[in-house]
Amino acid sequence: MSDAASDPGIDRGRRTWIAITCGAGAVGGAAVAVPFISTFAPSERARAAGAPVQVDISAIQPGEKLTVEWRGKPVWIVRRTPEQLETLKKGESQLADPKSDRTQYPTPAYAKNPHRSIKPEFFVGVGICSHLGCSPSDKFQTGAQPSLPDDWGGGFLCPCHGSTFDLAGRVFKNKPAPDNLEVPPHFYLSDTVLLIGEDKKA
Amino acid sequence: MAEFKEAPAGAPMAQQLLTWVDNRFPASKLYKEHLSEYYAPKNFNFFYFFGALALLVLVIQIVTGIFLTMHYKPDASLAFASVEYIMRDVPWGWLVRYMHSTGASAFFVVVYLHMWRGMIYGSYRKPRELVWIFGCAIFLCLMAEAFMGYLLPWGQMSYWGAQVIINLFAAIPFIGEDLSLLIRGDYVVGDATLNRFFSLHVIAVPLVLLGLVVAHIIALHEVGSNNPDGIEIKAKKDPKTGIPLDGIPFHPYYTVHDILGVSVFLMLFTAVIFFAPEMGGYFLEYNNFIPADPLKTPTHIAPVWYFTPYYSMLRAVTDDLMNVLVVLVGIAGVLAFVKGGFKGLWRFAPLVGAVVLALAMKGFDAKFWGVVVMGVAVLILFFLPWLDRSTVKSIRYRPTWNTWLYGFFVVNFFVLGYLGIKPVSDLGTLISQAGTLFYFGFFLLMPWWSRIGEFKPVPDRVTFQPH
Repeated sequence: MSDAASDPGIDRGRRTWIAITCGAGAVGGAAVAVPFISTFAPSERARAAGAPVQVDISAIQPGEKLTVEWRGKPVWIVRRTPEQLETLKKGESQLADPKSDRTQYPTPAYAKNPHRSIKPEFFVGVGICSHLGCSPSDKFQTGAQPSLPDDWGGGFLCPCHGSTFDLAGRVFKNKPAPDNLEVPPHFYLSDTVLLIGEDKKA
Repeated sequence: MAEFKEAPAGAPMAQQLLTWVDNRFPASKLYKEHLSEYYAPKNFNFFYFFGALALLVLVIQIVTGIFLTMHYKPDASLAFASVEYIMRDVPWGWLVRYMHSTGASAFFVVVYLHMWRGMIYGSYRKPRELVWIFGCAIFLCLMAEAFMGYLLPWGQMSYWGAQVIINLFAAIPFIGEDLSLLIRGDYVVGDATLNRFFSLHVIAVPLVLLGLVVAHIIALHEVGSNNPDGIEIKAKKDPKTGIPLDGIPFHPYYTVHDILGVSVFLMLFTAVIFFAPEMGGYFLEYNNFIPADPLKTPTHIAPVWYFTPYYSMLRAVTDDLMNVLVVLVGIAGVLAFVKGGFKGLWRFAPLVGAVVLALAMKGFDAKFWGVVVMGVAVLILFFLPWLDRSTVKSIRYRPTWNTWLYGFFVVNFFVLGYLGIKPVSDLGTLISQAGTLFYFGFFLLMPWWSRIGEFKPVPDRVTFQPH
């Protein structure tokens, strides 16, 4: 290359123009890539399909779970029994983030309490594991069972990679999932009607 | 281009036609270079069937894929039913689909054996580094192709498998969430995802794959095939003809030889298609016969068998293992500092590097590092030509204990694969953690262990008994 630069037979002016043309061509090529890559982004229709969901929770019995769909994700509403609420206190030392302090999926202020909900009885959470997005299964029955510790107090087990969560959706320590289950924005329209997808306007 | 050639007067029509073509397109030249005058070592053994077989499976996949595309609908509300339509209503559709689904698994069987051959006979060593690298790129493409193809039937396993793998990208710090959104094209795996995976599976990746296969073969035919003895046959040529003494023309010798391999392979392949197309849930998972349900994850989800060794490594990375890895990185940094032989300020590079890496390892979640481990487990193969410092290529002339080491590597790979199919258990996690450490130790310590031990004398000519 150094030979070429000093070679008197080389027209330096043309070389410069070739370099400029190549540069301009590369910029143009990169610019054309932008619209193509942009087509990968969620479409306007997908963006619009995120409306809040109204749920009547009066029919849920204590110890039962209702699953509703919001933005294509399962949202769980669990009505916890007093005994189940009691177990939440016992296991705190085994939890990765008992106070919901991590900010990856920020827990709304109204759910930043030991039971992670507005009403202690009702837990509202997105049923998607914070590890790789599987939906954990209900393991409400207490005691020893496959893939669970012997002192299991009830909660959820992710079938994909074995992360476990308590009945407030808090993840146990040393599991693949780093975060507690996400609490979606929600508020009570009345005593028995819940709106998922929006915070209460101040 | 040389000057125009003329067919001799009165030559048959066929020869005249060939001369006409050869003057315009190098037909005879290509035929000679790649078939009739491509000299391959005469001592090929069983493992040398799998290159040709991989090509055969590629053709099967492309042909069956074309026909499946004629009936399949890449729409979240129609996809599952259209696959069942192919299975039940399209005449012989079940056969075409089973050929394609069995072909996917067969592809990985053949390619894993093909790669194993390269590993034990040192086929990645100089001058075949690019043959190996193109091959590794083919393996990556194949994984992408298999993964995206698996979403198309839109069953429960398709859906949740895709959900998990796409979320792997979300684990990358800072850009992960946006990246996985860009891949899905929606906030959850949905119609947009299915549609684009169809496009990538049917046109984009196959095009890249074909290009890489051509590059793989061109590079191979440039340097010539390795053989089980790891000897360069080009080093001993007939002084008159310039043909390697241990070489035989690919056609007819190996074309005929490969017909035997193809026949046996097709017997096994068709046996699976006709008698066990689901292969006990390993080739087609039972949960995939349930339509995708975004609200319910199947109680046990596992990838198809060919991904499970890597999946095991992903699951093995927990906070405990990260602590072990941090200690190992520290030891490696100190060792490289003491024994690395770097000059001047560079002496401190390994120490600084180890500290930075250890901080990053504790700073980001184990989830991210699980993804890194899984990715690096595949990418590390690309570096094999430079990790191996052995003085001989073939396992035949390496120290005897190397045979055991390579044997254990295979056993370990199978164990990891088995654990990847099973649900998580404490013991399983522990074993897969040990297995992951062995897998990485095998490659990362190769520059050290491949040099030690007593090598056996390498013969001048290949080992070959005429039969």
